[in-house]
Amino acid sequence: MSAEGESLAGSAPKPALWQRFDLKWAVIGVSVAIVAYLALVPLVFLLWQSFFTPQTAAKAAEFTLDNYVQAYSSLETVRLFTNSLQFATGTAIFAFLVGTLLAWMNERTNTPFKKLFFALSIIPLIIPGILFVVAWILLGSPKIGIINLVLQNWFGTERVFVNVYSIWGMIWVEGLHYSPMAFLLMTAAFRSMDPAMEESAMMSGANIFQVAWQITLKLSWPAIFATLLILFVRSIESFEVPALLGLPVGIEVFTSSIYRAIHQYPSKIGLASSYAVTLLLITTVGVYFQSRLSSQGNKYSTMTGKGFRPRTIDLGPWRYFAAAIFIVYFLLIVVLPFLVLLWSSFQKFYSVPSMAALQNLTLDAYRFIFSYPTLARSVWNSLLLALGSATVIMLVTSVICWIVVKTKLPGRWLLDNLASLPMVFPGLVLGLSIMIFYLYFDIGIYGTIWIMFAAYITRFLPYGLRYNTTSMLQIHKELEESAEMSGASWATSFRRIILPLLKPGLVAGWIYVVIVSIRELAASILLYSPGTEVVSIVIWELWENGQYVELSALGVLFIIALFILVMLAQYAGKKFGIKEA
Amino acid sequence: MLSVKALFTEYPNERGETVKAAQDVSFEVPEGKLFTLLGPSGCGKTTTLRSIAGLEKPRAGEIAVGGRVVYSSKKGTFIMPNKRNFGMVFQSYAIWPHMNVFQNAAFPLEVGKARMSRQKIEEKVMRVLATVGLDHLADREATKLSGGQQQRLALARALTMEPKLLLLDEPLSNLDAKLRERMRFELKRLQRELKLTTVYVTHDQSEALALSHEIAVMNEGRIVQIGSPRDIYERPQNRFVAEFVGSANFLDATVLGREEQADLYRVQTAIGQMVCFAVEPLKPGDRVVISLRPEDVYMSAQRPETANAYEGVVDAKLFLGEFIEFQIKLAGTLLLARVHPSFSPVVGTTVHVGMNPEKCVAIPDADRRGAA
Repeated sequence: MSAEGESLAGSAPKPALWQRFDLKWAVIGVSVAIVAYLALVPLVFLLWQSFFTPQTAAKAAEFTLDNYVQAYSSLETVRLFTNSLQFATGTAIFAFLVGTLLAWMNERTNTPFKKLFFALSIIPLIIPGILFVVAWILLGSPKIGIINLVLQNWFGTERVFVNVYSIWGMIWVEGLHYSPMAFLLMTAAFRSMDPAMEESAMMSGANIFQVAWQITLKLSWPAIFATLLILFVRSIESFEVPALLGLPVGIEVFTSSIYRAIHQYPSKIGLASSYAVTLLLITTVGVYFQSRLSSQGNKYSTMTGKGFRPRTIDLGPWRYFAAAIFIVYFLLIVVLPFLVLLWSSFQKFYSVPSMAALQNLTLDAYRFIFSYPTLARSVWNSLLLALGSATVIMLVTSVICWIVVKTKLPGRWLLDNLASLPMVFPGLVLGLSIMIFYLYFDIGIYGTIWIMFAAYITRFLPYGLRYNTTSMLQIHKELEESAEMSGASWATSFRRIILPLLKPGLVAGWIYVVIVSIRELAASILLYSPGTEVVSIVIWELWENGQYVELSALGVLFIIALFILVMLAQYAGKKFGIKEA
Repeated sequence: MLSVKALFTEYPNERGETVKAAQDVSFEVPEGKLFTLLGPSGCGKTTTLRSIAGLEKPRAGEIAVGGRVVYSSKKGTFIMPNKRNFGMVFQSYAIWPHMNVFQNAAFPLEVGKARMSRQKIEEKVMRVLATVGLDHLADREATKLSGGQQQRLALARALTMEPKLLLLDEPLSNLDAKLRERMRFELKRLQRELKLTTVYVTHDQSEALALSHEIAVMNEGRIVQIGSPRDIYERPQNRFVAEFVGSANFLDATVLGREEQADLYRVQTAIGQMVCFAVEPLKPGDRVVISLRPEDVYMSAQRPETANAYEGVVDAKLFLGEFIEFQIKLAGTLLLARVHPSFSPVVGTTVHVGMNPEKCVAIPDADRRGAA
């Protein structure tokens, strides 16, 4: 070590401050290379593929615009486009209205049962999309849906009351599923607003609804728009609802078309790519505007930085009505879906709840699940992938966000954008581009678990970056400089100062990535092969095979496992959070 | 001991523009002395300190400590901050929240070049903690310390490594007023006892005057005056120093001629003729500015026995406890005077005003020289 100091002291002047440590450069270089490789390579190959004919043994790939011509010249595409827009816009608005109403009730009124609102933040984590959709099929399908059967029974008709196999049914299910997200985003927006602005409106003589409409909502306009955009992007790239509800009745959107183009014989990778590029363009525009909005939203400068809670509005007798809304919502989003899965998991063959069916309760489905040959392997794969990708993501992004936040390295904004780039990839598109890439560049990972590992790392890199950045921003640069002044090398101060101080974000982000990886479906569905199934793929296969009761049993176990995991996460978050505060 | 020669430091700001932080900064600090860089925020004092520390890389210049060159643009030398062995106390103290008091102070010994035995580290750390009066809190979590204790821990951490040079970046600015006054005494006592060569950065002129052997006043990246605290206060060489260090009255004046005593000159001002002091020789017709501290203005009922005696009317008055501030109108010019509360004429009274010629300091008038 001592020789290093001498040689550095004697060497020629170096232009930048950062060219000092060998190890530092090695770590930074590796991290940057990983990010650039993961984020750029699939994108480039997706674009490339969309302009070429399929490569076969007889014929090399040729440049062609056919894929786009085929994709854009048919009436099919117009329908696809309309369906996608209708579905995504409808979902975004529905989820936004529900989420905003709940957020306002929770933040600004004295609605009872406020503690339950807390649950809204964890529901999306514990009920994976595919299970939520399956549960709603069991509830709202025209033939076997419990809601229809019960209502038909009551009124003695054959009329179909609700039908989830329709565009409105898709919007309903997807909107409900994303409403907790809207709730969280709007809660944050309401919290950051200076309550004095509402209070002064109140003092000027405005009533509750005038305040809510003219002040609260209008001041949150940037947040509202950003929230709508996020919801739009999320719904246009969602896979489960279009695949399970749309495909059977021929309502296709981009994601389901991509899936179908790959899963027909012969598979049309070029066509799927051109659809994927279109979808990517839409999500990119959405994400771009959303990030613009969040970064320059301070025109409305509602942020005060003070965490004081505003006086809540007394709804009077209306608060029971508000509570009723909330309870109905809670039934729709958690209780009914979970109960219907639970019910069906105890049946031999799926049947509607009745006294007769109650006699036939059985644990057969659970026995089947535990003896199901692929289950143990898929659980093992899921765990391996989730733990592995979470660990790699958090370590790599800790270096990336150190560079972005703490250094003045030129081009660091590029690195930030590069690592956030996977945000715009819908899961299915990411799966597709990674599939294409490793199909053509055979380095031996196609068809192995490693290709899914690469997909997971790419897909969840931005989340890791976000968690780490939030934490990193709170670390005063002098904490690191004082380590340097104490004689610590870069590696020592990174290991002994930065990483321990980053712990809250590191742990929270790690757990979050573990949870979302375990539920991942959209990217995995194009990448798995026999032997590398994950749990969500097993659920998908059970659905394809029509094994509903077995699926329900697995779903119930899955939800319980995720619930335990999320509770552990909350506990860990609290524990670490308090210590660092 | 520390020598800084023709230091230039620049850095790009958020918008990518180049900020010229330190411009041609040169000074020497002898062994065992406390040297202060004083100036308003943005004057380049912190950048200069960080350049000495190695946390900032200067564009040009040379920095040497005890004969060892740590930075030289000519020779292309740049020694890493962690190889310089300088102790530094940061403005925020930078106490690591995930370590306790002992671990914080022991860190420099654990990461340093010389591998030390656990026992030796403990012995050294406890000795330093005792010096700053924290030995009884060694096992406490660092975040549970009060502001003053954190400040002392930061100092202890800088001292455990037995630094060649101690760098202090506004170490008292985060403390409340009472504690700051107490820590000032403690800091001075420690520095004098340990005979540590110290560079101290502050924007607080009373701190600088109280602690330093020598002060460099900085403005817009440049050193505008170097001198002992008394020099800086009583003989400001330019308007900026007079204004920044303490408060001052300024009177435009034209030199009439020399007085018999050395360095004294007779000048014409708006309030009449005046005898003043100047370091640089002046000649008749020169335009200068007279700087006069409010506490150097006497007020009395009778005409005082001094060359500079005038009559004025009390225009406004502020009672501030230890003293009273008066605004006195003299021939249309307002003069600020700070006097003991025992003399307290009411507003509107005519009073006699006097000032010692030694305290009326003539400084070159940069603004008016061009016009003359």
